[in-house]
Amino acid sequence: MDLLNNLALGFGVAFTFQNLMYALIGCLFGTLVGVLPGLGPLATIAMLLPITYGLPPVAALIMLAGIYYGAQYGGSTTAILVNLPGESSSVVTVIDGYQMARKGRAGPALAAAGMGSFFAGCVGTLILAAFAAPLTELALEFGPAEYFSLMIVGLIGAVVLASGSLLKALAMIVLGLLLGLVGTDVNSGVARYSFDIPELTDGISFVAIAMGIFGYGEIISNLSQSDENREVFTDKVKGIMPTATDLKRMFPAVLRGTALGSALGILPGGGALLSAFAAYTIEKKTKLKPGEVPFGQGNIRGVAAPEAANNAGAQTSFIPLLTLGIPPNAVMALMVGAMTIHNIQPGPQVMTSNPELFWGLIASMWIGNAMLIILNLPLIGIWIKLLTVPYKWLFPAIVLFCAIGVYSTNNNSFDIWVVALFGLIGYGFIKLGCEPAPLLLGLILGPMMEEYLRRALLISRGDWSVFVTRPISAGLLVVAAILLTIVLLPSVKKKREEAFVED
Amino acid sequence: MAVASQKDFFSGLMFMIVGGGFAWGAVDYEIGQAARMGPGYFPFMLGLLLVALGALVVLGSLRSGPPGGDKIGAFAWRPLVCILGANLVFGALLVGLPSIGLPAFGLIVALFALVIISSMAREGFSFKESMILAAILAAGSYVGFVYLLNLQFPVWPAFLTN
Repeated sequence: MDLLNNLALGFGVAFTFQNLMYALIGCLFGTLVGVLPGLGPLATIAMLLPITYGLPPVAALIMLAGIYYGAQYGGSTTAILVNLPGESSSVVTVIDGYQMARKGRAGPALAAAGMGSFFAGCVGTLILAAFAAPLTELALEFGPAEYFSLMIVGLIGAVVLASGSLLKALAMIVLGLLLGLVGTDVNSGVARYSFDIPELTDGISFVAIAMGIFGYGEIISNLSQSDENREVFTDKVKGIMPTATDLKRMFPAVLRGTALGSALGILPGGGALLSAFAAYTIEKKTKLKPGEVPFGQGNIRGVAAPEAANNAGAQTSFIPLLTLGIPPNAVMALMVGAMTIHNIQPGPQVMTSNPELFWGLIASMWIGNAMLIILNLPLIGIWIKLLTVPYKWLFPAIVLFCAIGVYSTNNNSFDIWVVALFGLIGYGFIKLGCEPAPLLLGLILGPMMEEYLRRALLISRGDWSVFVTRPISAGLLVVAAILLTIVLLPSVKKKREEAFVED
Repeated sequence: MAVASQKDFFSGLMFMIVGGGFAWGAVDYEIGQAARMGPGYFPFMLGLLLVALGALVVLGSLRSGPPGGDKIGAFAWRPLVCILGANLVFGALLVGLPSIGLPAFGLIVALFALVIISSMAREGFSFKESMILAAILAAGSYVGFVYLLNLQFPVWPAFLTN
């Protein structure tokens, strides 16, 4: 009954009035920013990170978890009402969600997304709690060689499951790794690539990079497209509650989506995108009940299943982060950055050295999910109102929040210059068709990878075979090799390209 | 020699240049051997890897690409300059730039400048509208960031407060 004891400890920490308030505020802000078209969870978290700096670590992480869920839910709202997916994983929600909205059933679509997410979130939290302890024990047996190989698997997995060109994504990871190395080398004390700029000896602030690339880069790119064809269904949202038939139909879909999402979310690469796609594909394969609307024309199952899968995956993707200290996707990489700011090094030691934080965070994830459903269903009208605010008023505000946020990270204007530079670089990436998310992952993992590689080779006296002679490490590298070969197989490659194009 | 994908061609080129730069920079630091890595070892390897990946991207871009040549297209100069410019002016006004003798003007002045400059990124800029928006945001930021979150900013111009 360790699980129950641990969860009880967690809820004891999370259920203080203050922490509940932080969870609530986090969800509120997350939804507020996430609902804005064109801003995905990544940009939202990057933008809102600074407001958590002043808080104690537990409260800050609780608030961040709230922001994350809020941002995700906000993204679904935009997808359904505006036909504009805020992030790649809600691309499939758009298909049936938007059609439902066009038929005046936006309310039930939003409710289905909310309820599906909530159910999946509950299951995901339980899985996370159950898996955390055994995985942590496994992690304690890992030596530097195993960690290095694990990171290789994580990075390869992230690329394989992402969309777009494989080669370019790999290159973006390496670029991220290199950028992560800027600053003082911990071993020799040499300041690398700092060009004698004192601020650079601490490394490039990852908040500045994330905000520049994901915030400014996206805004500039959004502004260069016209938004005339945007259609918002504001007046048509009346009834929120789905009918009894809706509920009956979406329930098995939610179950299937949750199972799929939980399994795929643990995989490196996060799999939020993949699980949403897979869940939708499975629903499409099942037989339509008599009288049911076909997929692509507003079937409620087409909203509920991917949303559940998406959220379950979001939950279980915390598992590799919390147990192994390895971020499986870019959002989790941001979380690592946030933890480091609060002097927490994520990894197996967190659970033993800081159990309140660990279990408190897990409990607050469930609370965050519960908050969402309490907050969003009644407040849906307000979020919809927000969608009608013209973009010309929104984007100066977003630029302002980025600038204020990045300044308050270190109370240093240097980061403001850095964010502008990376805004330019980010826009360049968009123009060149380079997906920037893998870069962020590399950025966080760069220093860690170097350290583990150095230690592994120090112990083996420079013998590279250590990575293949140690069984766990060799196994992990084999997994990475298999992943790479699978996507490079011509038949799979073609399928993969098709799968990500279909929308 | 025709380029089948312009985007890939230039991104590959970018990777090669950046990777080469990092590798070249790494030579200045001690590289060492695998058993005793110097600070230059890992960046040197990664730099070479990035050059190799970039070269593969470039080669691929010559062979195949989507129909139409996958053109990069025109740069959106106006939003680019306005958004980044607004950000830079905000930073300069907020804390001042001693190197050119610019005093700190504080949050409120910087905020008005940021909103007005960034609003110019779009067609149909209206000065009056931007001023109203800036006033609302200034009030909101003052209450939210300065009063509630207690973030440390110079709020008013330095020559007024001193």
